[in-house]
Amino acid sequence: MIGGLFIYNHKGEVLISRVYRDDIGRNAVDAFRVNVIHARQQVRSPVTNIARTSFFHVKRSNIWLAAVTKQNVNAAMVFEFLYKMCDVMAAYFGKISEENIKNNFVLIYELLDEILDFGYPQNSETGALKTFITQQGIKSQHQTKEEQSQITSQVTGQIGWRREGIKYRRNELFLDVLESVNLLMSPQGQVLSAHVSGRVVMKSYLSGMPECKFGMNDKIVIEKQGKGIADETSKSGKQSIAIDDCTFHQCVRLSKFDSERSISFIPPDGEFELMRYRTTKDIILPFRVIPLVREVGRTKLEVKVVIKSNFKPSLLAQKIEVRIPTPLNTSGVQVICMKGKAKYKASENAIVWKIKRMAGMKESQISAEIELLPTNDKKKWARPPISMNFEVPFAPSGLKVRYLKVFEPKLNYSDHDVIKWVRYIGRSGIYETRC
Amino acid sequence: MPAVSKGDGMRGLAVFISDIRNCKSKEAEIKRINKELANIRSKFKGDKALDGYSKKKYVCKLLFIFLLGHDIDFGHMEAVNLLSSNRYTEKQIGYLFISVLVNSNSELIRLINNAIKNDLASRNPTFMGLALHCIASVGSREMAEAFAGEIPKVLVAGDTMDSVKQSAALCLLRLYRTSPDLVPMGDWTSRVVHLLNDQHLGVVTAATSLITTLAQKNPEEFKTSVSLAVSRLSRIVTSASTDLQDYTYYFVPAPWLSVKLLRLLQCYPPPEDPAVRGRLTECLETILNKAQEPPKSKKVQHSNAKNAVLFEAISLIIHHDSEPNLLVRACNQLGQFLQHRETNLRYLALESMCTLASSEFSHEAVKTHIETVINALKTERDVSVRQRAVDLLYAMCDRSNAPQIVAEMLSYLETADYSIREEIVLKVAILAEKYAVDYTWYVDTILNLIRIAGDYVSEEVWYRVIQIVINRDDVQGYAAKTVFEALQAPACHENLVKVGGYILGEFGNLIAGDPRSSPLIQFNLLHSKFHLCSVPTRALLLSTYIKFVNLFPEVKPTIQDVLRSDSQLRNADVELQQRAVEYLRLSTVASTDILATVLEEMPPFPERESSILAKLKKKKGPSTVTDLEDTKRERSVDVNGGPEPAPASTSAVSTPSPSADLLGLGAAPPAPAGPPPSSSGGGLLVDVFSDSASVVAPLAPGSEDNFARFVCKNNGVLFENQLLQIGLKSEFRQNLGRMFIFYGNKTSTQFLNFTPTLICSDDLQPNILGFITKPVDPTVEGGAQVQQVVNIECVSDFTEAPVLNIQFRYGGTFQNVSVQLPITLNKFFQPTEMASQDFFQRWKQLSNPQQEVQNIFKAKHPMDTEVTKAKIIGFGSALLEEVDPNPANFVGAGIIHTKTTQIGCLLRLEPNLQAQMYRLTLRTSKEAVSQRLCELLSAQF
Repeated sequence: MIGGLFIYNHKGEVLISRVYRDDIGRNAVDAFRVNVIHARQQVRSPVTNIARTSFFHVKRSNIWLAAVTKQNVNAAMVFEFLYKMCDVMAAYFGKISEENIKNNFVLIYELLDEILDFGYPQNSETGALKTFITQQGIKSQHQTKEEQSQITSQVTGQIGWRREGIKYRRNELFLDVLESVNLLMSPQGQVLSAHVSGRVVMKSYLSGMPECKFGMNDKIVIEKQGKGIADETSKSGKQSIAIDDCTFHQCVRLSKFDSERSISFIPPDGEFELMRYRTTKDIILPFRVIPLVREVGRTKLEVKVVIKSNFKPSLLAQKIEVRIPTPLNTSGVQVICMKGKAKYKASENAIVWKIKRMAGMKESQISAEIELLPTNDKKKWARPPISMNFEVPFAPSGLKVRYLKVFEPKLNYSDHDVIKWVRYIGRSGIYETRC
Repeated sequence: MPAVSKGDGMRGLAVFISDIRNCKSKEAEIKRINKELANIRSKFKGDKALDGYSKKKYVCKLLFIFLLGHDIDFGHMEAVNLLSSNRYTEKQIGYLFISVLVNSNSELIRLINNAIKNDLASRNPTFMGLALHCIASVGSREMAEAFAGEIPKVLVAGDTMDSVKQSAALCLLRLYRTSPDLVPMGDWTSRVVHLLNDQHLGVVTAATSLITTLAQKNPEEFKTSVSLAVSRLSRIVTSASTDLQDYTYYFVPAPWLSVKLLRLLQCYPPPEDPAVRGRLTECLETILNKAQEPPKSKKVQHSNAKNAVLFEAISLIIHHDSEPNLLVRACNQLGQFLQHRETNLRYLALESMCTLASSEFSHEAVKTHIETVINALKTERDVSVRQRAVDLLYAMCDRSNAPQIVAEMLSYLETADYSIREEIVLKVAILAEKYAVDYTWYVDTILNLIRIAGDYVSEEVWYRVIQIVINRDDVQGYAAKTVFEALQAPACHENLVKVGGYILGEFGNLIAGDPRSSPLIQFNLLHSKFHLCSVPTRALLLSTYIKFVNLFPEVKPTIQDVLRSDSQLRNADVELQQRAVEYLRLSTVASTDILATVLEEMPPFPERESSILAKLKKKKGPSTVTDLEDTKRERSVDVNGGPEPAPASTSAVSTPSPSADLLGLGAAPPAPAGPPPSSSGGGLLVDVFSDSASVVAPLAPGSEDNFARFVCKNNGVLFENQLLQIGLKSEFRQNLGRMFIFYGNKTSTQFLNFTPTLICSDDLQPNILGFITKPVDPTVEGGAQVQQVVNIECVSDFTEAPVLNIQFRYGGTFQNVSVQLPITLNKFFQPTEMASQDFFQRWKQLSNPQQEVQNIFKAKHPMDTEVTKAKIIGFGSALLEEVDPNPANFVGAGIIHTKTTQIGCLLRLEPNLQAQMYRLTLRTSKEAVSQRLCELLSAQF
């Protein structure tokens, strides 16, 4: 269980220090600073063991969050908690920065008291937290006894994430499928590794205590149904996707998912992440990068990169950015590109080529001449991979939302009255091609 | 000269540095640096040539980036270009870059060397200085190769500026330190020495450093520097504080130079020229006098500088070790510092005193401070100072104050810092052993040591106690009693159990007579500790038990029960199990005779180098007191001029090899007043190392034991180690004897310079004449045996035995072995047969109380009548049958022949089988003879 939680700024000064257990001494704070933040070599492992104490850290911009424990805890749980902690803080005061943390330190301590108890994670649902931890300190005086007891019963009750008696004039819900594609490709165009990690984020404005059911083109579900309808098998085989693994929000009834593989839940009010999943098969790669690097003598390098978009011509990809690394002894660069803007960024040792928009089934190319300064160093340039960023309006995993049904037996609105919005966004994760 | 002065500042560099400093995060810094590097690369790559200023600026930036920890792999060429500039700032930056980022690219090195050569050849002192600094700060082998020949020329050239000379001297010093083989020695060396006379004190200071280092390697070449250094030193010391202007530091004239000169003088023995010597003594006296004067300033720098000179002077005095007056004064001066407020001073004073204590002249003077030092041990707050105090106590210890010092150390041990406890334990153990007058005291001390700091008592310490107890008959009973009492404490340390187990196993019988320590009680006491001990200790205790079976047959069933129990016979530890099984079997199967043989008392241990001392040496590294003696010996060897002391032809002088036991058991303290070291070849050596003034190395291991065996027989092996075997064959007739000594080389390599010498101590000299008939061949081939004949004549009765000292070289090492030759008084015995009546008549004639000596002692060997008879005959006397009314008694008679007189002697030995005791009565016409014969004979049973 988590013994303590510290937040440091980039210099290693402690901004927040909350110790939950006695086995964590004050020197633990310094140990992490000395051995991780100020370490000679950059510490790349998120888990560090110092003197039989484990430190789990995540970094958000310049801020370090470190959870400390002496016990053998579930590391995944600790990281999940740290991420959740970041989400909660972001929901309360926006960007996690040193200034924001300093300004809201009382609030953070309040939150830490609430979401961790003796090192055990408690309710970290932002919506629920906001009902009783507020940034306006005076508000609690306005709360009546009834409201307070209601909060208590809700937080301690079975459905801790949603309070009763919510009413909306328009029942509306938004569903976002957000995916990020990760790829490593050889110079010849062979896929070395690829996977998609996706999230389904839901924003609900529904009255009462609605029971929802979410359906997607999960291969197992489709095949189960497909047994009855023989002629659909060929079609569904193409459309369904194989999900490697997934996790759900706490509101989802896991027993039902295990038995029927149906996702049913009573959603919290407002925005929440319904599920997270990962797929590795049949991924639609939105872009193909074809590099061509030629070394001309010791002082010159010619680079040509072609990118091809590989999706329906009607769709538009956005925020495309190709990053071509340059050798460390680059002394000058000339770039020519048909589309978009390209620039040599010395501070990052890369040529950055930006294209605002690009339709499907198109291609574009850039060529650059890099001048090199001869050095005494015998080391050969390692040729780091060319990386790419983009955003496309579809799910590269092929995931489709089939339905989202809402039942509210107590109130008088039905599934048809709910306005539903579905959106797909595919982004690049680490999308690299070797050259 | 600062790189960025106002008029000549590099704005770009200043901006860049401030940008870097303002970076919020590491990432931002890296970005900024990458940008700057790209900029510099494009500038260097650019077609148009850069002017000197921008080149300097960019090289400077690269240097800064490198110092931030980033790799720089270009810009060397530009830096080399800067070297050829005529502007100081540009040249300076160029040199700076080169010396920070040395590159092994051969082409560049050539260019750099060229530029340096040009600058060295230029007449511009600043440029020469820059070039010399660069050579020194790179200091690589390549640099040495290129310039080691050049720099001495610059150094001694007449027209070189002072500042350049200074740089050149230090640069040469640096090159000499990195690659001494590349610096050629030539005629410049004599001219360098004369730099000590230079007008410019800076040059003198630099030159002194150089000369000191050079003189350590080639003392002969720089011998002339001594007188120059002395005169320079005396000029400084006697000068008024204002004379030296810039070189006076807080009213102390040229402290650095003084210190360096004193260091230089420490490379040499005291000057032989009396004038120089007198002058030096005067200087040292002045320095000591100055220390007494009230300080001229309250500033700490003043006293620091003054004390620095003083301490260096004291170490010179210690190094010379020839002026008793100075040594004592130094010691008194240090004594004042012992109570000084400054911790550092106290530390230094204690440290210097340590070395003073080992000098024969000041040893007594150091001893007067014992109270202060002991007080320091008790009250000092700083642990390192306390440690020094312990060192000093160790160094000043001798026979007179050993009990006090050991007691103090023991009491300090209880509160001592954990880090130094082990060392103190070792020191106490060594001192106790070295200065033990009375071995009961030794045993008490060590047992106390184990009680107080058992955890820190290493194996070596308790091994040593056992060795000593076993080798010393007189202390065995006491030791057994003491350990028995110590073991009765409810909680005792495991080491004590080990010692107790071993000693009781060997000598438990000596205290078994007392009903309070009867065998069963002893056994129960040991066994009560058994279960609390670790496996090795338990194994030792099992051996003790089986020894008990032999010593005390009455506890045999109890012990067998213990051995038979499952916890022993089926012990999980294989060693314990095996011991239990074997011992049990041994105790049931073997007869008492076999048991007695198998479980006989352990033979005395051979004397090796004291293992504790070896351990202390290992622990402390090279700068300890004990090592100091070694280094001192080396020095004295140097002084004597030879590579090593040649094996002395006279019998009185010898040098123990380093492996010889420095703490031989019989070691007496160093003679308080020996001859001054310069008076005789190896005189100092003997004083430091030998046991007493006349006799040689400690006796070889095991010789004591072998000696005893030869009392009753004439032939056998006298001595044996890994290298050498000495065999004896001897015959005696009346007062004459002839002894054949066989030296066998056991190794496969030859011994060189093989010289055996026969040494008779002063007491022995008039009483016995021994001479070697002919010298042996100095080379003994591997595996070969050489023979030597010694003729002996007994002039009158004697007690001691002559010593045979053998010196030879084996491999590269010098070996030195001393053994006692078994020539004892009884060898000149002639048996006389006589009847019962005659015997008793003579017996009554010798009724004078001085003529009779009686000794009652416990049997050390099984009481076998035949063996005893053989021994008496072997002893030399006739064995008279049917003389004594009691047939169990043995009676003997004989005459001892000496050149001057004949001494009749009668003996009677009465064994008591029940008590395992003997009573030996001897009557001779001479008191000393009775005494000696009794001693010899009682040791045999």
